Amino acid sequence: MAYTEEELKKELENKEYEYGFYTDIDSDTFPVGLNEEVVRRISQKKNEPDWMTQWRLKAFEAWKNMEEPDWANVQYKKPDYQAISYYSAPKKKDQYKSLDEVDPELLKTFEKLGISLDEQKSLTGVAVDIVMDSVSVATTFKKTLAEKGIIFCSISEAIQEHSELVRKHLGTIIPIKDNYFAALNSAVFSDGSFCYIPKGVRCPMELSTYFRINQAGTGQFERTLVIADESSYVSYLEGCTAPSRDENQLHAAVVELIALDNAEIKYSTVQNWFPGDKNGKGGVYNFVTKRGICHNNSKISWTQVETGSAVTWKYPSCILKGNHSIGEFYSIALTNNHQQADTGTKMIHIGENTKSTIISKGISAGQSQNSYRGLVQVHPKATNARNFSQCDSLLMGNHCGAHTFPYIEVKNKTAQIEHEATTSKIGEDQIFYCNQRGIDSEKAIALVVNGFSKEVLNKLPMEFAVEAQKLLEISLEGSVG
Amino acid sequence: MLTIENLHAKVEGKQILNGIDLDVKAGEVHAIMGPNGSGKSTLSSVIAGHQDYEVIQGTMLMEGQELSDLSPEERAHKGIFLSFQYPIEIPGVSVTNFIKTAINASRKAKGLEDMPANIMLKKIREKSALLEIDSRFLSRSLNEGFSGGEKKRNEIFQMAMLEPKLSILDETDSGLDIDALKVVANGVNKLRSKDNAVIVITHYQRLLEYIVPDFVHVLWEGKIVKSGTKDLAIELEEKGYDWIKEMA
Repeated sequence: MAYTEEELKKELENKEYEYGFYTDIDSDTFPVGLNEEVVRRISQKKNEPDWMTQWRLKAFEAWKNMEEPDWANVQYKKPDYQAISYYSAPKKKDQYKSLDEVDPELLKTFEKLGISLDEQKSLTGVAVDIVMDSVSVATTFKKTLAEKGIIFCSISEAIQEHSELVRKHLGTIIPIKDNYFAALNSAVFSDGSFCYIPKGVRCPMELSTYFRINQAGTGQFERTLVIADESSYVSYLEGCTAPSRDENQLHAAVVELIALDNAEIKYSTVQNWFPGDKNGKGGVYNFVTKRGICHNNSKISWTQVETGSAVTWKYPSCILKGNHSIGEFYSIALTNNHQQADTGTKMIHIGENTKSTIISKGISAGQSQNSYRGLVQVHPKATNARNFSQCDSLLMGNHCGAHTFPYIEVKNKTAQIEHEATTSKIGEDQIFYCNQRGIDSEKAIALVVNGFSKEVLNKLPMEFAVEAQKLLEISLEGSVG
Repeated sequence: MLTIENLHAKVEGKQILNGIDLDVKAGEVHAIMGPNGSGKSTLSSVIAGHQDYEVIQGTMLMEGQELSDLSPEERAHKGIFLSFQYPIEIPGVSVTNFIKTAINASRKAKGLEDMPANIMLKKIREKSALLEIDSRFLSRSLNEGFSGGEKKRNEIFQMAMLEPKLSILDETDSGLDIDALKVVANGVNKLRSKDNAVIVITHYQRLLEYIVPDFVHVLWEGKIVKSGTKDLAIELEEKGYDWIKEMA
């Protein structure tokens, strides 16, 4: 029987499915490439309602017509977006009810990374929502939180079970067309966290999410949405560790924070993606969009310790829309070897009597380049807006660079803006002084760096501060000499 | 304890020490005096192991071990302490945190666990009282914004905490008023024992009235040209250094 052209085409399509993602149940990883169909499939995989699928498709359409930004002070080979797989899940697809059900191998990996869930559970009282390769595999403390009416779950789950809440807020702070990476994330985000604190509730524990890239060649597109309803409070911790990788990996997360009237959100990040090896080979590209909105009398604090990634492009920002609202940004960005970081913040003063504080500490070692880029914008109606910015740079050796790009736009005469900046170098005399007291050079550098970073480290929750301090030490290992 | 023989050393290509001989035994206090540029501070830097200083000849044995083979921190672990003429600032690191780190680094080198916090605290209280140091001072950033007197007092506080075998006080008296000088000297004296030794490097005899040396050495052009007892210091105070120079 002769095939018509139409039938042949159909069969080929089906064949492609056979060897493509449709029948590839074992690995549960999509083949590389990005098109409308892939976006649909991601949405389908996650059983999303139609509005979500349409939202993703709209984002994909927008992304297709956008160009990758190149204004940041970083140089890298632009990723081939068609050479990336956009979905990957651990083999066990089920949501675990308790830790006992989790693959022991997986738990071992977490332990190696210092993220023992048991320990976390019993010692720190931190509820952990782990995202491993895009699918949530463990959620703890849910019950305690539920009693207070707090919702803390994966964004996938939230889309299913709190659809209206998500639909109302998703993309309101960072619209799908906001920028290239945000558009990409909106189209293909695989998972992430969702958090809602009801009116008047003070979240009794630090909420924590650990991210980790697991499978080589899989881009990670996390989506986080935190909503603090009126007069509520939440402290949210986000930490990343990634094992060594030989190839570049793309990470383009989006985080949206909403602080309604009188609410407060503290968002702390310790970022330690694989920075590449000593020669600058490999490493994660971290292109993140983080932004929060403050309504009347509310407050958002971003605290970040950035030690990882080959290339970082990240500006956690605050829109101070409400009167008397407060935005804070505390940052330590450490770069070593061939790492490049372009990071900072935007403080957009719209409401009256709004206040913002920026403390940025950049530490550069090896041949790395470290840039602070910040914008303080005061709108015409933002009477009595105040900002204080302090950007300090610490250099180690003669081959690294520290750069500061502060932008200030003021359209209201009553604004008070202060900017301070310092640059210093770790001196041989400091190291020798420590040596003479019995402290070796590596530890001496850690001491100087910790002293330099103290103002920001102090802003982190206790257990996180200890971890961050260790991370700074580890990241500078071998940079002496 | 410390035996230096025929020590020659240079810094930035310039030879400063030209054959130093010095033998310091446990329980002794040695004063090294001399005019500016005679090599006093170089000697202390060489003993402590500053990387800019190169030993070109001679030996420095600390309890039988050649110091040139050891890094500065290893020398510190062996019990060598240098009170700096110009103590260094480390912003954001408190006096307490710094001394804690130093003590635990030395303990680690000896295979010991970190000092328990309560013992550390007790020791800090005890030694800061000895040097009349206010507790608020301990939480300040190391040497940042300290007055000259505070810096020197802090050096001796660290010495008291670390309990070194051999302490080298490099111009500890400079920048001190008489009251601070007495406090510092009193601190040093209380720390003296039959098991440790002190080398006092100074311009003036003033400090030696309070820290009484067993031996006084005069350094000139990188060599010890005259040694004696504390009377030598008094003689120098009266006659100046010129007669020594002529003699040499």
